[in-house]
Amino acid sequence: MELYAILKVTWWLLLGVLLIGLAVMVGMDMGIGAALRYFGRTDGERRAVLNMIGPHWDGNQVWFILGGGAVFAAWPTIYATAFSGLYVVMLLLLWSMIIRPLGFEYRSKLPSPSWRNLWDWGLFVSGLLPMVIFGAAMGNMLLGVPFHFDWKLDSWYTGSFISLFNPFAILCGLMSLSLALYQGSAMVMGRGEGAVRERARGLGVWGGLGALVLFTVGGFWVARLSGYVVTAGDDPAGPAMPLHKTVEAVQGAWLHNFGAHPVLWLVPALTYVSILLGVWALRRGWSHFAWWLGALGWVGTIGTVGAAMFPFMMPSSSDPSQSLTVWDASSSQMTLLWMLGWTIVFVPIVLVYTSWAFWVMRGKVTAAHVEADDHAY
Amino acid sequence: MHDLQTVLVLSRWQFAATALYHFLFVPLTLGMTFLLAAMETVYVTTGRQIYKDMARFWGKLFAINFALGVATGLTMEFQFGTNWSQYSRFVGDVFGAPLAIEGLMAFFLESTFVGLMFFGWDRMSRGKHLLITYMVALGSNLSALWILIANSFMQSPHGATFDPATMRLELTSFTDLIFSHDAQAKFVHTSIAGYVTAAMFVAGISGWYMLRNRHMELAKRSFRMAVLFGVFASIGVISLGDALGFIDGNAQPAKLAAMEAMWKTRPPPVGFNVIAFPSQKQQRNLFDIQIPRLLTPLVTRTMDTVIPGVDEVEKQAMVRMKDGIPAVLALKTLSADPTNLAALAQFRAHQQDMGYALLLERYAPDLTAVTPADYQRAARAVIPNVPVIFWSFRVMVLAGFVMLFYLGIATFCSMNNKVQERRWLLKIAPWLIPLPYIACEAGWLVAEMGRQPWTVYGVLPTWMSVSTQSVGYMVFSLAGFVLIYSAFIAVEAYLMFKFVRQGPDEGATAAPAH
Repeated sequence: MELYAILKVTWWLLLGVLLIGLAVMVGMDMGIGAALRYFGRTDGERRAVLNMIGPHWDGNQVWFILGGGAVFAAWPTIYATAFSGLYVVMLLLLWSMIIRPLGFEYRSKLPSPSWRNLWDWGLFVSGLLPMVIFGAAMGNMLLGVPFHFDWKLDSWYTGSFISLFNPFAILCGLMSLSLALYQGSAMVMGRGEGAVRERARGLGVWGGLGALVLFTVGGFWVARLSGYVVTAGDDPAGPAMPLHKTVEAVQGAWLHNFGAHPVLWLVPALTYVSILLGVWALRRGWSHFAWWLGALGWVGTIGTVGAAMFPFMMPSSSDPSQSLTVWDASSSQMTLLWMLGWTIVFVPIVLVYTSWAFWVMRGKVTAAHVEADDHAY
Repeated sequence: MHDLQTVLVLSRWQFAATALYHFLFVPLTLGMTFLLAAMETVYVTTGRQIYKDMARFWGKLFAINFALGVATGLTMEFQFGTNWSQYSRFVGDVFGAPLAIEGLMAFFLESTFVGLMFFGWDRMSRGKHLLITYMVALGSNLSALWILIANSFMQSPHGATFDPATMRLELTSFTDLIFSHDAQAKFVHTSIAGYVTAAMFVAGISGWYMLRNRHMELAKRSFRMAVLFGVFASIGVISLGDALGFIDGNAQPAKLAAMEAMWKTRPPPVGFNVIAFPSQKQQRNLFDIQIPRLLTPLVTRTMDTVIPGVDEVEKQAMVRMKDGIPAVLALKTLSADPTNLAALAQFRAHQQDMGYALLLERYAPDLTAVTPADYQRAARAVIPNVPVIFWSFRVMVLAGFVMLFYLGIATFCSMNNKVQERRWLLKIAPWLIPLPYIACEAGWLVAEMGRQPWTVYGVLPTWMSVSTQSVGYMVFSLAGFVLIYSAFIAVEAYLMFKFVRQGPDEGATAAPAH
């Protein structure tokens, strides 16, 4: 295989790593935000829950920002086509997400209960809505999105905003929300005590089981969906130009990769095994173990979508031949190579200091701790 | 409805509004992290509690500001894709890289350690905590570095070339991209502007306390540190601004002509317009006050270099438009048939002026039949909005010198322990807090409006950069941003004023839960 093709596949895998990092870390925080009022019934309990991720939510959120930057750098055509096409959805995502920093930082600055309730609901929206949108966006990629290019490669999106919230996309959105609730619950269980811990255990179990049910339904649905197949002209080492290939929509095509390489069935199997084990671990009270199993569950879920769609990244339902694939949506060889270098150097460093930050802040967080610290949320 | 002109105008308003808004919070973050680190350094080396109290009090105000900086930065990272998709596709291969590296190298660092900075006081040794505070400062400043490297590519594109096979700019030299002179000067100028902002902010609030005899120990020390930090920073920001003007003047003659309201090219040395009322329509100044012979040495460092005026810039643009037309026509052929060698040769021969022909295309959609009137209109469009840029520039420079003057006197008095006797110094301090903000916003206007009509200077015109959105979507998003951001800033200002009024002792702790 030529270097350029290898780099494209590497960056496709790295995009997966980024999405998994985003889903695990941001998903955990969003699950906690969405269920804040369930985990904590009193203000003291809620503040305790918020402060469990208080030192970490900002760092975690960088997975999302880096996601945007990395897609821009490595997959510029996807960045341009997806974010402009899904315009209103992107805005709802961003607007709901930007409530979060203020919710964390400002909520406990004033004693008024109505002030705090208002921010609680803000955190609810900014936890729930983004996770549904992440999942729904993934679902829409599986369905294909109506867009095409003109001769200058200006992209034109021809669908409506409402059509992005079709039943299949909503199912994917709920699946992603369920896993986020599971992940958040595992965190709250680990760092909470008493009633908060028990509520987290309950929600985590339901979140995990719900995710498995939705994953199964989604799987059968995908098998009947119209997938896409490249029939000619998409050279893996060719320039990133999406106009010179032919693609056909074929029912059930998203299972072709699994048919050709049965070993890929291990990827969805990973989701089942880790989430089932995770639910069991939650019931036994092994929250730390359950958290890592949840992360593996995300690896399986996002991996399954990737395995089904490869080499497609963003199929066009209105003009399939202009779909964006791993081979024709990437950056140039030089950019991919440089960015790979930066990634190899900095991602391990980031992982080391992130782990260190979690280790420094380890231990239980209770209402009493929060009262004692004047910097607490 | 895909009305390109309306969508373009609304997209520009949205980008300007959200970027200017984001830039209300960023400068304070850039400078405050270093001031916090300085205060904590004194605490760690001397062990005196007052410096820890300082770091914690100013840290609280920093956090209120920081939350909005983070929130508004989030939307910026995606706005290129949502609203400027053609730009993103066209330059992503080059422009995306510094944005991604910013996240990887700088923003992770800043955001991970800012949590430990606030929550980790009792969890680690003093030295470790100090190191973390420095990491936050380093992270926020590195963040500015990568963002400004990206911005500098738009101002003076280096290290990339257009590839007809992919119809976009592709990276040819990573080192050319990051070591552009514009990037270096702009990074130092902008980050130091942040230091001045933090200095004026801390000095203003400390002065307010001192005037009321509140928190004297903390306020006196904070004031002294802030003005000392600020006086060096304001010298730096002015000299780097001067360097940037020199670099920009060479890279973007249209911007320079607009900044100085220079309509006609005149033999050197030409005078400097202190005040002018430029009329874009009549292409002359309705009124001006000039210092003779000053401009030429100011921007060229010589007495005999010709500075091109608006007339000369337009004339050169017209030549380049004409020369670029064959490149765009060849590109159309290549889009359908990438193997057409004749078209490729034609493209290569005229490639360097393609951007100008793309600009012309807005006024003459059919490039095979361009009239002299079309050229005329397109040439006019090469000149950015002169009155706005001329005045923004002067407001920025004036604000810079007023701050330098104030910080100089304040430092002198503070060092001689005479600040309390000079009550007027303390009285005006809080009223000067808006100055750095005005200067920062005006500076953004000069840099970004001065680059018009281009998103990438000379290469990609703004009108071609915008997404193919409908007018309805644009109205919706602009209205949403205005609504949400107005609510946000009201809340932020309320909290900021409240916590400043409460001061470090009584109000720092949130009230107990109910």
